[in-house]
Amino acid sequence: MPANLEANLHLTDVLPHAADELSALAQKVATKAVDFFYGDHQALHGISLGMPIHRVTALIGPSGCGKSTFLRCLNRMNDMIEDTVVRGEILLDGEDIYRRGADVVELRKRVGMVFQKSNPFPKSIFENVAYGPRVAGIRDRGVLNEIVERSLKQAALWDEVQNRLRDSALQLSGGQQQRLCIARALATGPEVLLMDEPASALDPKSTAAIEDLIFELKETYTIVIVTHNMQQAARVSDQTAFFFEGQLIEVGATNELFTNPREKQTEDYITGRFG
Amino acid sequence: MSLVQRSNGRPYAKLASNLFAIFCGTCMWLCIATLVLLLWNIFSHGWGRVSFDFISSPPSIIFPEKSGIRPALGGSIYLIGLTALFSVPIGVGTAIYLEEYAPNNRWRTLVQTNIANLAGVPSIVYGILGLGLFVRALNLGVSLVAGALTLTLVILPIIILSAQEALRAVPHSIRTASHALGATRWQTIWHQVLPAALPGMLTGVILALSRALGEAAPLVAIGAATYIRNVPSNMFTDEFGALPLQIYNWTDHSDKDFHVAAAGAIVILLTVLISMNALAIVLRYRFSKRIQW
Repeated sequence: MPANLEANLHLTDVLPHAADELSALAQKVATKAVDFFYGDHQALHGISLGMPIHRVTALIGPSGCGKSTFLRCLNRMNDMIEDTVVRGEILLDGEDIYRRGADVVELRKRVGMVFQKSNPFPKSIFENVAYGPRVAGIRDRGVLNEIVERSLKQAALWDEVQNRLRDSALQLSGGQQQRLCIARALATGPEVLLMDEPASALDPKSTAAIEDLIFELKETYTIVIVTHNMQQAARVSDQTAFFFEGQLIEVGATNELFTNPREKQTEDYITGRFG
Repeated sequence: MSLVQRSNGRPYAKLASNLFAIFCGTCMWLCIATLVLLLWNIFSHGWGRVSFDFISSPPSIIFPEKSGIRPALGGSIYLIGLTALFSVPIGVGTAIYLEEYAPNNRWRTLVQTNIANLAGVPSIVYGILGLGLFVRALNLGVSLVAGALTLTLVILPIIILSAQEALRAVPHSIRTASHALGATRWQTIWHQVLPAALPGMLTGVILALSRALGEAAPLVAIGAATYIRNVPSNMFTDEFGALPLQIYNWTDHSDKDFHVAAAGAIVILLTVLISMNALAIVLRYRFSKRIQW
């Protein structure tokens, strides 16, 4: 199969470079042998994954593979679910976020989250974005105005809403609501942004807007995104991790993983043979 | 031919369906007719008696036409005010604890089941408890405070259950979003959950207070006055009356003219109740206009 061989040769030419570049970066978030249990059910088995700083890491895999559970471990949102246990280490800048005495509230300010279904508060656009800074204790009107404007600009929503900041956030379209949720997450000044299928409920145009946004945001933030959409993972991410049945099957530079997967299961999944 | 074939299997299905609709319709009209009859009966007797003098005069033992409801109405208003003061914080606090804080275990289920059962306990039972606990053991005497605490017992389960219902109606995604932004549990409840649940809670509270306003049995049980000349001025020591007690007292009278006064008092009581319910609707509408899901 000369064509195949040629493709492989071509890839080996390019890909180690991408992988080297990723491994040379500092790991903003790193997990070590993380197990996760919902009661008696073990949802994650020994996940060790490093997420390089100012890069996008995509988590892919079929429904129920544990990728969302893993994502929610990174800002301890699973704490809110009763009867769950986390084992192993999750390091943010080298510090275990599950260590005794760790401040969950402080953690969530540093690790923002955007959910699958946009969930704006039933308040004005302004109040939605200002909520994070407000609960963090910022009262000064001028400072709040500044944060709201900057966050909405970062989320590419400012031009559309600058004249209607007092309107209810629920009057916005689905795509706008999701960008508002991103702006809201940015307003607390996070370092890491977790996105749980942020575009799965949106039309193609809004999806493209979100993807462009992710591309710009990674300049400033470290992004971890869960997605069902393989093309999306290929488009927006630098590193991709494939989860299957609670295991981390394979992780690598995105173009490498998609063009030359090491594992059979990864190949079957990305070529659409299952999932 | 095809018609015959189709109806062959269940020949009476259509008839049964029509009969059932007629039965349900009849039930509804019976309810409405009873209500209209009751209201017409009360208003035709009592409307002529309603006047400013009626509201502002004390009752008389001898002259039914000079009798008024001032002490009873005043007592009722104080009673409801105090009852609201006691029952709303305790009821809403309990509901918030059960919905937002309590772990979902057997203990919580036990408490929950008991509250639901308590909502069905006859009010006279609470009256007897109030007599033993507040009037005697806590030595509050037959006072407004003792009466309000007793009524609090009566309506507390209703307030808790309706407040829980309102809290449960707030989408979970709101709590998640708030926590993800670094809000504490208290901030999430105070800034997001409570404002969203407020319309539902208010409705429940007002309906519960309406119930308290109409209660006579628990007040009779603790020994509240059925005949009193003055509006109580000290809530710890003075004897007090209430509208339902005044009505009860007058309907028991041998002089028919007192029955007319009772009808007049019922008109006032109903007016207050309807106003409270109207207020509930207005508040719910105004608050829910601000919050649209």
